[in-house]
Amino acid sequence: MNSNDYIIEIKNISKSFGDKCILDDVSINVKKGEFVTILGPSGCGKTTMLRLLAGFGQADKGEIRINGEDITNVPPHQRPVNTVFQRYALFPHLDVYENIAFGLKLQKVPAEEIDKRVMKVLKMVSMTDYEDRDVESLSGGQQQRVAIARAIANQPKVLLLDEPLAALDLKMRKDMQIELKEMHRKLGITFIYVTHDQEEALTLSDTIIVMNEGKIQQIGTPTDIYNEPQNSFVADFIGESNILNGKMIKDRVVEFVGHEFECVDEGFGENVDVDVVVRPEDIYIMNRLEGAQFTGKVKSCTFKGVHYEMFVDTDKNYELMVQDYNAFEPDSEVGLLIRPADIQVMHKERTCNTFEGEIVDETHVRFLGETFECLQQEGFAAGDKVKVEVAFSKIDLIDHPEEGMLSGDVYFLLYKGDHYHLTIMTDDGDHIWVDTNDIWDKGDLVGINIAPQDIKIVK
Amino acid sequence: MKRFIAQCYIWLLLIVLYAPIVFIAIFSFTESKVLGNWTGFSTKLYQNLFTGDMQGTGSLMQAIENTLIIALIAAVVSTVLGSIAAIGIHNMRGKTKQAITFMNNIPMLNPDIITGVSLFLLFVFLHISQGYATVVLAHITFCTPYVVLNVLPRLTQMNPNIYEAALDLGATPFQALRKVLLPLLKPGMISGFILAFTMSLDDFAVTFFTRGTIGLDTLSTYIYTDARKGGLTPELRPLITLMFVGILILLIVINIRKIRNSDNEAE
Repeated sequence: MNSNDYIIEIKNISKSFGDKCILDDVSINVKKGEFVTILGPSGCGKTTMLRLLAGFGQADKGEIRINGEDITNVPPHQRPVNTVFQRYALFPHLDVYENIAFGLKLQKVPAEEIDKRVMKVLKMVSMTDYEDRDVESLSGGQQQRVAIARAIANQPKVLLLDEPLAALDLKMRKDMQIELKEMHRKLGITFIYVTHDQEEALTLSDTIIVMNEGKIQQIGTPTDIYNEPQNSFVADFIGESNILNGKMIKDRVVEFVGHEFECVDEGFGENVDVDVVVRPEDIYIMNRLEGAQFTGKVKSCTFKGVHYEMFVDTDKNYELMVQDYNAFEPDSEVGLLIRPADIQVMHKERTCNTFEGEIVDETHVRFLGETFECLQQEGFAAGDKVKVEVAFSKIDLIDHPEEGMLSGDVYFLLYKGDHYHLTIMTDDGDHIWVDTNDIWDKGDLVGINIAPQDIKIVK
Repeated sequence: MKRFIAQCYIWLLLIVLYAPIVFIAIFSFTESKVLGNWTGFSTKLYQNLFTGDMQGTGSLMQAIENTLIIALIAAVVSTVLGSIAAIGIHNMRGKTKQAITFMNNIPMLNPDIITGVSLFLLFVFLHISQGYATVVLAHITFCTPYVVLNVLPRLTQMNPNIYEAALDLGATPFQALRKVLLPLLKPGMISGFILAFTMSLDDFAVTFFTRGTIGLDTLSTYIYTDARKGGLTPELRPLITLMFVGILILLIVINIRKIRNSDNEAE
């Protein structure tokens, strides 16, 4: 595609606040007229990205182009974009009309034209007859409508929306989602929408950009993102899912939960460790045991409105979440079946912890800012730079941070059917990945120990 | 019974507080030279005050003029300085912000006499000849923190995106300041201005130490000198009464505005 077809080109943007890296080499291209959602948990860098687009703050590295023009260093008031802020940011000293006319007056648009345009956008957000109202006398939803009207009155090429519906109640949010979609269709301009609400993203967008820790995890259509998540973060963040360790036996055959399944994936190689995602609604559950690929026993069953959500212990002691329109009583034996196309196989991002380290002496190695005891090493001299590998399951987590060699907190956790896969953020900001059967909560403070025999040193 | 005692207590307190002023107000309507001697009702002292028909009237009028001009300049300059400072402090982060806010509070808690003496020493050290200018500078110095204190909360309450919203809609930083930030800060700036004006009006200690020896008098130093000469000039009684009434009206106006504002917000 010709680069001129992109209205926004973000090239290798990086941004840090202090030592904290907020955006790490992010590149995004957006087509004219697209509804693009940047989706991610709080602190993933999505709002920072939007602020850089609006011109509030400077990127450390990289380039932003809008309509082919480099605007990286253009101040906000000269950019062809307008923003809808999360908490409206209406001017409380001006009434509805003056709020909307603010930008137009600055551009010295003739009064009649301003009048016409204000009425037009008010109609668009269904707020006709509200022009003389004091903005503080309006409800949250009405204020948000005025904020949207104010932003589109300037006829921007790109509309930026920073979690515009986050402060509204559920019912209002649903209504506004439909209206926003409709507005996007009518205006025909590009929308960049930031949210942490995956359902909102799936409903509204043409394209979703999933971000985490300042990096893009996946870019795709809502269906792509939902059905074919590229890594376990995306699978976990979007919708409910069973994320499991698996092994690609050969093309079209994958093993997980202790069984071999037919799948549609190829090209991973033979006997390669992979992550497998199965959506809970894609597991068929039945009373018959014959014809099933594997069996299990229902542990719990909860009614969720449209469907029942069940946790099933499988014959090989994995726990799976299953959703079905029929209820299956707890303790009943059930047969389970997964169709090949519903199995999503993903490359593992990593198979063990790898740290940069330095040999201290024959039995000590330094990494993560601490000196660890290790087994007697041959062929290394003090000061050698080495790679240190530690298996996920060989890291000991203890309750008391002060008793560990290192301390940190549980940053992210993923249930993998028979164990938890935790991401621990150390106090120095390094990541350690841990497999454990113990139950930890997000934010728990932990001490971290590694036994000497579990430290593997490679050149 | 409890209620009765509580009521008595309040009234006693009010009487103790206001008796001296009421006393002076009453005796401003008699001609006696000595305070406390009632020689019949008369508005002569008021006439004297305005027609200037009294001894030493020139210097009293001069002192009033000085006081008002100094207070006006000090209030205007410190409102400008204080508002700018408040915006700066608001945009600071973490420790620096705390430190600066703390430093801003010190001059307000500092006894006037210390502010006065230290400014006096500073001017002497810098070989600045003391007079009108040094008094104005000194007043600006102790008024500015009060303006900061009045403007800062307006900024804290403000939606953090408001300034950015203005820029986003095409306002230059200066236009955003003029069309959005200033109107929103206005109430804080006005109360800061009024506070600075009254602080400057009634200051004695700082003025006394920074006015030098050129014979500059403000109202407070004039009254001080006058009282030391033996007895207050009788015309000061109507002056004090008028000033009290003036301040009273100002306070009532401010309070009515405040009530009206909070009513608006409550709606």
